[in-house]
Amino acid sequence: MSSVSLAAAPPAPGFVATFAAVYAGQVARARVVRASLFFVATLQSLGLVVLLRGVVDDDRVAEKQQVVAGSVVLVIAFVALNLLAQRFGQLRAGHGLDYYAALPVRPAAVVLGIAASYASFTVPGTVIVAVVGALLYGLPLAHLWVLVPVVVLGGAALSGLGAAIGLSARRPELATVCGQLGMSVVLFLGLVRAERMPAVLRGVRAVLPSTYAADALAQALRTDPAYREVWLDLLICGVSGVAALVLATVAYRRAVGAGRR
Amino acid sequence: MTAAADTGVPATTADPAYAVRGLSRSYGDVRANDGITLDIGRGEVFGLLGPNGAGKSTFVRQLMGLLRPDAGEVRLLGVDVVARPDVAPRLAAYLAQDEVAIAELTPARAVELTGRLRGLSRAAARRAAADLPDELGLADAAGRPLVRLSGGQRRLAAVATALVGEREVLVLDEPTTGLDPVARRAVWAALERRRSAGATVVLVTHNVLEAETVLDRVAVFERGRVIACDTPGRLKAAVSDDVRLDLVWRHEPPMDDPTVARLARVAEVTGRRWSARLPTAEARTALGRLTAGAAFAALDDFTLATPSLEDVYLALGGVARDLEHE
Repeated sequence: MSSVSLAAAPPAPGFVATFAAVYAGQVARARVVRASLFFVATLQSLGLVVLLRGVVDDDRVAEKQQVVAGSVVLVIAFVALNLLAQRFGQLRAGHGLDYYAALPVRPAAVVLGIAASYASFTVPGTVIVAVVGALLYGLPLAHLWVLVPVVVLGGAALSGLGAAIGLSARRPELATVCGQLGMSVVLFLGLVRAERMPAVLRGVRAVLPSTYAADALAQALRTDPAYREVWLDLLICGVSGVAALVLATVAYRRAVGAGRR
Repeated sequence: MTAAADTGVPATTADPAYAVRGLSRSYGDVRANDGITLDIGRGEVFGLLGPNGAGKSTFVRQLMGLLRPDAGEVRLLGVDVVARPDVAPRLAAYLAQDEVAIAELTPARAVELTGRLRGLSRAAARRAAADLPDELGLADAAGRPLVRLSGGQRRLAAVATALVGEREVLVLDEPTTGLDPVARRAVWAALERRRSAGATVVLVTHNVLEAETVLDRVAVFERGRVIACDTPGRLKAAVSDDVRLDLVWRHEPPMDDPTVARLARVAEVTGRRWSARLPTAEARTALGRLTAGAAFAALDDFTLATPSLEDVYLALGGVARDLEHE
């Protein structure tokens, strides 16, 4: 062992260093929890795409686009909303937030680092479901680059919500239930076009950030997408993402504060 | 030892590592801490000894500013940790009872992550990630996630994360619980090295042997109160008129023997083990009679020992079964 030298305490890490370290730490975690992070979410959405292929008629192109786009966004919801809510619920219940609270780190950097990692865990699944879905339903792949901003912005919005849910839940079971309910809502409202829904559900659909991620992607699965609508959907997704991450940071501060009380 | 100045908060060298005054904390009707007042000097290895539920973990969480007291004050190197919650994370390292936040990381990754979050450069954090598992005898397991390690190895990995960054103050909640003797000695040696370099160590333990061999001073906790606080030597001297007679019976003790019957009334019984604290002369007489009489055939083992911290704890009203002897 090298000799121990107790110099003055090192300065607290900056925002970017904290974000990067937390993100890297979560990516390292993924090695152990990869089954739920990667396979379950992907298989669930692939199953939906295959199953619904049997009930969506060939001439209903808009429905086919919505099914594929909704299934892709479901991967994001499964990981970034549901699993992240469960993770933060566990951390809060098991005094796991003490680990971060006892370190000289900024709450926003911790929340952002964890949320970003969960959003990025969705990349393999979303790519697989989008490509397989497009091929299976005979949709064009030419504009699939839209998947990149969809994952980033939709991931930010849904992981922010997932973090806020997990950090606000008083018991881990509540975080699990809320995360799964949230994912179910994304599932039901993401797979069906707004025009096909009753007015009341259309209202609910309109306030969900996942809606805009799914709609942007559905546009991108057209031969000639209306990019104005795509950008508008992505803009709403981005604004929702920022709001959700701010909400998650507030929830983190409150959870740590509640631990202190 | 000038790190407090870096935080923008003045601290004089006269300040103890921790100054705790009238600290109280309740959970509903339960008083977890009840008016605790003590100082922990710089460079001390200070122990908190007591049974489960005595308030030790609540106390260390308050030392780190992770739990607000209902009343009282905690000063770390002169700085109020409640008023300045940013200070304890800068100056002190904390080891919690479990490792839920880092459970899926390998020990090396956990050390590296914690080091980075304590402000180390990437290179320094990687060096620590290579050195600390080695220092604690964990090198063979350094590449496996904590969840796939034994309980003792997990604890060692968590201790390694507390040591990274070489903080001035180490606050460790049960660092050696679940460790085998070899691993425990590795932790003690690592802490001694930090103490030699000027660090202050505050640790929670249930282990009497640990308390006697590695601590400079010990606070004995019972139901949220500190019932004694001194060096192990002075605490034991307080009950020095007594000795402890330990008897281990091979089979049912002969209760018709008057010496055995008398001991049965005063001994703490744990399975086949009887442990009695007696005045020296009385203990010698009792042992003489036991070894000379028919009861000797029923005895498997016996020990006559000077008082331990367990005896101090018992003398102060504690319950022996709550402490570890290993």
